[in-house]
Amino acid sequence: MVYKQRLDGRKIDELRPMEAKAGVIPNADGSASFKIGKTWALAAVYGPRELYPKFLQDPKKGLLRCHYGMMPFSGSGERIRPGNSRRAQEISMVMTSALEPVVDLSAFPNAVVDIFVDLPQTDAGTRCAAISAAAIALADAGIPMTDMVSSVAVGEVDGMVCADLTYNEESYEGIVSDIPVAMLHKTKGISLLQMDGEISKKNLVKALELAEAATEKVYELQKKALTEKYVRDQDGKGNNNGKSEYEPEFETEDSRE
Amino acid sequence: MIINKDLVPELASQGKRLDNRRLDEYREPILVETDISWTAEGSAKVQIGKTVVMAGVKLSIEKPYNDTSDEGGITVNAELLPLSSPEYETGPPSIKAIELARVTDRGIREAKAIDFKKLCIEPGVKAWFVVIDIITINDDGNLFDASALAVLAALKSAKFPEVDPETGAIDYKKKTDKSLPLTKEPLTVTVYKVKGKLMVDPNKYEEQAYDARLTVASDSKGTISALQKGGFHPLTAEDISQMVDIALDKAKFLRGKLNQSL
Repeated sequence: MVYKQRLDGRKIDELRPMEAKAGVIPNADGSASFKIGKTWALAAVYGPRELYPKFLQDPKKGLLRCHYGMMPFSGSGERIRPGNSRRAQEISMVMTSALEPVVDLSAFPNAVVDIFVDLPQTDAGTRCAAISAAAIALADAGIPMTDMVSSVAVGEVDGMVCADLTYNEESYEGIVSDIPVAMLHKTKGISLLQMDGEISKKNLVKALELAEAATEKVYELQKKALTEKYVRDQDGKGNNNGKSEYEPEFETEDSRE
Repeated sequence: MIINKDLVPELASQGKRLDNRRLDEYREPILVETDISWTAEGSAKVQIGKTVVMAGVKLSIEKPYNDTSDEGGITVNAELLPLSSPEYETGPPSIKAIELARVTDRGIREAKAIDFKKLCIEPGVKAWFVVIDIITINDDGNLFDASALAVLAALKSAKFPEVDPETGAIDYKKKTDKSLPLTKEPLTVTVYKVKGKLMVDPNKYEEQAYDARLTVASDSKGTISALQKGGFHPLTAEDISQMVDIALDKAKFLRGKLNQSL
């Protein structure tokens, strides 16, 4: 069996349809919704805020903490037990190391910035969607950042190197590899790299090239989501005055007048 | 930090509220959206003002309990995500989450809203079990009413997955067009007593300043299926009578909103 055409008809470098919005959770200091295909991540940033237990406090720099979680009904099979699984803990850790390089930790000594990402539905690529959502939420929260982080999975499905694999592609018969990648926009540094499956060195290099172009598309969307919330056009309208277009949905007090 | 702890009762005693609502007025908008998660058998997102909750239904086939061998069952779980409020922390469910889940559970279970016997596949061997998860997205108060509304909408939207007739395995990727055997549609209204006055749908500030509350689950005929009194002040029988009247009236209002949205 050779994989000639993708199961959903996409081109090899084509990502699933994406949607991103900044400022979707009013209680949070910054938040975002990021959808890619049927994978959906909601991210909320709280902080900088006081860090407990106190011995974790560092007078030289703050702490960035990610918390990844799939909602119990978000898996494509049986219900997922709520709570911190080993998988969720590992993903939380790699998310933190994917995002930390762009965050100026010295801006909030002794404090913590918590990023919570929860997924209502998934179809592969969850840690990448989580990172892309978290990066928008960090910027929305006004956390000092030196660069943007954009993330997408690439991989090989039975001989074809392609971007943004679905669950059906990941479980395709034959040799498959899944490579989640996060990339910094300006430096092109790779801050997340994992791989499972089988791949040759040659195809790995090819996959990473594909990842650069793919993360760039994610970056453009992240930028658009933030622009839509914050930037005014020349007439001073069309913008949302720091509120996302999503926000009026949540408004009560102001819209009542 | 509790803000407006004195202001909320002071305003209430004059029949006023922080956001100029009447005491018996819900926040706007009230939105119900179903099928928000393709991986759940049924799902809904409910928004009341700035409060947003999701509910998801997952179905599985289990061995029935010994004392009800010809019935399936339900479980209701609530997750107060740290994503949804600076007050919530990671870790095992807090007593607030447990109360929310149990009160919502009783509203459905005790109304016999789901015909448990129809969930049975083979007595003593196999039956469908329904697990409902309530997930908070933004907690701006009144999770009880928002959750019950989301749970009912999710139950109404749920479809059984396909089952392989030979192996008995569930194919969660394929849904049938068969809905859950819902016989009643219970909804929940919580009435709060603040400085002698009764109000509904508190926001997060009002919720920190009440004396007592009464959660009332009722179906479309006005039959009450669950009650839960909360708060540290006692209620009189007269209070309860008035609170139930308000709850039944507002349940009609929420039912109208639900039917509009579906």
